[in-house]
Amino acid sequence: MSPRTRTTITASILLAACLAGSIFFLTRVDAMRTTATLDEVLFINSPKWVKRLSLGYDGLMADIYWTRAVQYFGSRHQAQAKSFNALAPLLDITTTLDPKLLVAYEFGANFLSPNPPFGAAQPKQAIALVEKGIQANPNAWKLYYELGFIYYMELKDYRQAAEAFERGSQVPGAHPFMKILAANMAQHAGDMQMARAVWTTTYESSQDKYIRGNAVAHLRALQVEEDVTRIQDAVTAYGKKTGELPPNMIALAKAGLLPGIPIDPDGHPYKLTSEGRVELQSPEDFPFATKGLPLGYKARAPRDLNQAVN
Amino acid sequence: MNARIGSIAMNTFREAVRDRVLYNLIAFVLLLSGAAIFVGQISIEIEKLVVINLGLTAVSLFGVVIAIFIGIGLVSKEIEKRTLYTVLSRPVRRWEFIVGKFFGLTGTLVVNALCMAVGVFAALLYVAHRFVASDAQILVAVYFIVLQFVIICALALLFSSFSSPLLSAVFTFALFVIGSFSEDLRGFAAMTHGFTRWLSTGAAYIVPNLSALNVITPVAHGEPVPTQLIVNNTLYALAYAGMAICGAILIFERRNLK
Repeated sequence: MSPRTRTTITASILLAACLAGSIFFLTRVDAMRTTATLDEVLFINSPKWVKRLSLGYDGLMADIYWTRAVQYFGSRHQAQAKSFNALAPLLDITTTLDPKLLVAYEFGANFLSPNPPFGAAQPKQAIALVEKGIQANPNAWKLYYELGFIYYMELKDYRQAAEAFERGSQVPGAHPFMKILAANMAQHAGDMQMARAVWTTTYESSQDKYIRGNAVAHLRALQVEEDVTRIQDAVTAYGKKTGELPPNMIALAKAGLLPGIPIDPDGHPYKLTSEGRVELQSPEDFPFATKGLPLGYKARAPRDLNQAVN
Repeated sequence: MNARIGSIAMNTFREAVRDRVLYNLIAFVLLLSGAAIFVGQISIEIEKLVVINLGLTAVSLFGVVIAIFIGIGLVSKEIEKRTLYTVLSRPVRRWEFIVGKFFGLTGTLVVNALCMAVGVFAALLYVAHRFVASDAQILVAVYFIVLQFVIICALALLFSSFSSPLLSAVFTFALFVIGSFSEDLRGFAAMTHGFTRWLSTGAAYIVPNLSALNVITPVAHGEPVPTQLIVNNTLYALAYAGMAICGAILIFERRNLK
């Protein structure tokens, strides 16, 4: 073996060994560091400074910050976190870098407004974000829809919601349902009917799997709530009529209080407990349901809302 | 363009290719294909935006780095290797040497940018599956980036004509950074009074206005670039580069090469 070949082989082996060693020690270092602290760090808080430091390449920086916001929200959401402290600043920086990045306003508001673990429970910041978006993009009707959505869903402020839908309905090319939403909101129509209309519009106005999945999951939960209310009324009526709780759903159907054995949106029959409570067979399939849940059941964030679409 | 300038320009281009400058295209292809494949999985609804933003930013930054690092050595390297004396001993005027070098480097960068633009369009097709009319605006953004290169090349050549490569790199990069802030500088000038205002306004007009040549973000959103802006930016870049080249010629003509 020539000295040159010997050197080549030795150097190659050492290179591979050093590479493996560096990866090994890096994993040890990662294990010692608290990821939560790293997640929360925003090295530069000022959107204006980030814009300046981007040297004119603010579009790419906005994409990076938006990806960072999505990753931050996704990881906190997955970990069922209660706080999302860096989310609003990340979204503010993103939208200052690129005020035309509509997706950051639409999704960002959806990340900020709901309660944990579905969101950051920051509806006021969500409203500020969407208003900032409307100022930069006055012809984007979806932003007015988002605004009305937050006022209605999170703050139950029907007047402000109606005003937002009304403003949006005047934008050229707006979804025709915006006018109906504005009118219904002004009249403060039945909550269930209103919620169904809002989520149906959300589903129809987006092509994004996440948004559509979220809308479908909410519509399924609304169906469950409607079913459970109806069945629970039948149970009460049965009790008043016979003086005892119905033994099962068949008894309710036989008594003419239900048209048949009621089934949930997945086709599974609802359960009737011995205490007369109506429950879902698989509550984990309905993450947004507020009725039909077993006592003490704690809803978990859906792992993948896209699945709800399929 | 006379034949001597053409020969110098062609040799500068060949030398850059021999120096493996175009190898940056490999890094560019890896960067863009990686972004096109992975960004969709880690972000939401910005695949197309990322391909355009990242692609055009890479075209710009790769080109600026090449312009600076090749441009600063255009004159000093020839002096160091003593090839300049061979060239100037022939019937070649000093100004022809400077202009030829400028065209050679600019040509290298134009070829580089065009190859990268093809890469951007390929990645775009992969992500969006089809082109739309507004995608043609990407060509305008690439054209503006080329205009940036014209300015940076001219500045690098200007500094290279009287300074060492290291100092030339520092000066050119500093002007690139200041040029990116030129609109802030103009805003600052508007807020001052008296002599400071006069001085800062003068400085704002002397440094290159590179921010006006950056339309990457609007183009990524499919916004049209006004024709008048294209005309004005072209004239501005040519005038500015012409000024820097004239400066380089003036200095190089008087430089003692012994």
